[in-house]
Amino acid sequence: MKQAVDVSQLKVDSATRQLMTVSAPRKMSDFDKNALEEAIKIKEKLGGAEICTVTVSSEDAKAVLREALAMGADRAYLVRDPGFEDIDTSGTAFILAEAIRKIGECSLILCGETSLDSFSGLVGPRLAELLNLPQMTSVRKITAEGDTVIVERTLEDAVETVKAKMPALVSVTREINQPRIPSLMMIMKASKKEIVAWTALDLNLEKDELASKIELVEVLAPKTERKKIRITGENPQEIADKLAKALIQEGVIGR
Amino acid sequence: MSEHKGVFVFSDKHDLALEILGKSKEIADRLQTELTAVLIGHNVQDKANEMIECGADKVYLADNQALERFQAEAYLGILHGLAVTYKPEIILIGSTKNGKPLAARLATRLETGCVPDCGRLSIDEQGRLVGDRITYGGNAVAKVTFKKKPQIATVPVRAFEKPEPKDRNGQLVKLDVKIAEPKTEIVETKPLETSNVRMEEAEVIVSCGRGLDKKEDKVLLEELATTLCGQVGCSRPLAEDRKWFSEWVGLSGHKVKPKLYIACGISGVIQHVAGIRDAKVIVAINKDPEAPIFEIADYGVVGNLYEVLPALKEAVRKQLQQS
Repeated sequence: MKQAVDVSQLKVDSATRQLMTVSAPRKMSDFDKNALEEAIKIKEKLGGAEICTVTVSSEDAKAVLREALAMGADRAYLVRDPGFEDIDTSGTAFILAEAIRKIGECSLILCGETSLDSFSGLVGPRLAELLNLPQMTSVRKITAEGDTVIVERTLEDAVETVKAKMPALVSVTREINQPRIPSLMMIMKASKKEIVAWTALDLNLEKDELASKIELVEVLAPKTERKKIRITGENPQEIADKLAKALIQEGVIGR
Repeated sequence: MSEHKGVFVFSDKHDLALEILGKSKEIADRLQTELTAVLIGHNVQDKANEMIECGADKVYLADNQALERFQAEAYLGILHGLAVTYKPEIILIGSTKNGKPLAARLATRLETGCVPDCGRLSIDEQGRLVGDRITYGGNAVAKVTFKKKPQIATVPVRAFEKPEPKDRNGQLVKLDVKIAEPKTEIVETKPLETSNVRMEEAEVIVSCGRGLDKKEDKVLLEELATTLCGQVGCSRPLAEDRKWFSEWVGLSGHKVKPKLYIACGISGVIQHVAGIRDAKVIVAINKDPEAPIFEIADYGVVGNLYEVLPALKEAVRKQLQQS
C-alpha cells in the first residue's frame, strides 16, 4: 500500500512550472484502497484469513496505515528508511518482497493497479516476478475458492477470465468496488493497534540492491497554450452559429 | 554497459508494434545500430514483412500454437532469452494491458529500469534513451533516463504515427523456442463492447461529463458526433461510477489526440485534461463559468449543454451545406 501525493491538491509554481510536492497533502493511494477493500470482502466471505498491509516509504506513513487498520486490516507494517527517498519501482518491489518473506506465508497479494501520483503500474508485476508468483493485472472481479483464485481482467477489447493456484498476486482497478468509510468505533479500535516499524537494516537490505536504475532528468508542469476564447451571444442559436463558424475556420470540421 | 547494442521492439498489438517501429527507426539510425522486431504468436509470419517495411532490419519470429494468446510466462521467457543472448541497449514494448506488466517483469528479470507510458522518446548526448511521461495525475511531465542497460520503456497507443511502409530488405529469423510453463490459465475470453473505431484514432470526439443528467441523453451527443463524423466519449465518472459507458477519456482511460474535442458538462479535473492535452482544438461547454475546463479550452461556451448541443448540430449542418 502506498502513501501517495494527493494529486487533486497539488499546486504548481506557475513561474517555474515546478510542482510543490513537498507541501502537498498525502493520502492512501486510491487504487490501493480498492485492493484493501477487496481483501476485507474476501475475508468477510471466507473467514479465518488475516489481512496484513505493508507500506514502503521514506516518510512517516503511519496515518495511512492507521486508516487501513480502521477499514479492517489486521496488521500493519511500515518499512521506512530515509534512504528510500531515491528508490525507483525496482527498489520498492524489492523491499516489499523482503518484507513479505519476513512476515511469512501468504496466499494472496493484492495491489492497486497503479497510483494516481506516479502512475507507473510497475510495482505489482515486479513483485510477482521477484516472488515467482502467478500475476493477474487489470482485475475487476475476484473469487477465491479453496486454493484457487479466479479473476476477471479488463483488457483493451475483451474481458478475460483467468484462474491460478494461490499464492498469487492480483492488481485491481478502481471499478472493482467502492471502499468503505470506517466508522468512529473502527477508528477508535484501530488507534490502539500496533504498527510494526521496520528499517532497511531490519530486512538486511543492501544499498546496492535498492539502487535506482533510472534517473529523473526533470519534472515540470506542461505548458498549456490554448486560445481561451469565450463565445457569447443572445441565445443558444447565436452562440452555436459563432462556434460553428470558428470551428470551420480552424479547419477541424467538414472536409 | 557498452557491450549492449541494438534496439528491440515488441507489442502484443500489431498496429502498436508498427507505430513503435517507426519511431525506433529514428532512434536506431541516430545510434547507428540495428532495429529488431520480435513477433510472437501463432500463424503470424505474414506480419513480419510489414514490420520490415515499417523499419525493422530483422524480425525474430516465435510461432507456436501455445503462443496464440498472450501468456505472461511464455512471452516473458522468449523476450528474456533474446535479451540475454543479443544484449540490446534499448527494448521498447507496447504499453497495452498485457504489455506493461510484461515490461515490468522483464526489467525485473534483467535487473534493469523500466519507464512506462512514454509519449515521447529521444536520445541524449551520452546516447541514453530519454522518455517523457505524464506524472502526478497529469500535473506534470517527467523526463526520465536510465542508469543501466538494457533500457526498457513502454509506449502507449498512438504516441507515434504508423510509418509509411517502404520497400526494404530485412531478415526473418525463426526461433526455436522453449515455452515456459504458464502459471495462469485463461478460462474464458469475452469480447468487450467497444466502438468500432478506436478512440485514439477519432478525429472528432464529443465528450460528456457529470453535466449529463440521464443516460438516455447520450443521444444529444451522438447526433452532434454523427454530424461531425466523430465519436462520443465521456469522463471517468460516467463510465466507472454511473456505468453509462464502457470506456472513458482521461489519464486512466483513453489518451486521445483528435482534431476537435468538445467537452460538454465536463468540469476538467487534471486527470481528464491529461487525456486530451494533445487535441488540436478543445471546445468546452459548461454551465459553471468557473469550471477549470475553460482554462484549457480554445473556445468556451458558458451555457446549458441541452440547449447548446442541438443548436450547434443545426448550425454546423447549415454552414457546411453552404460552404
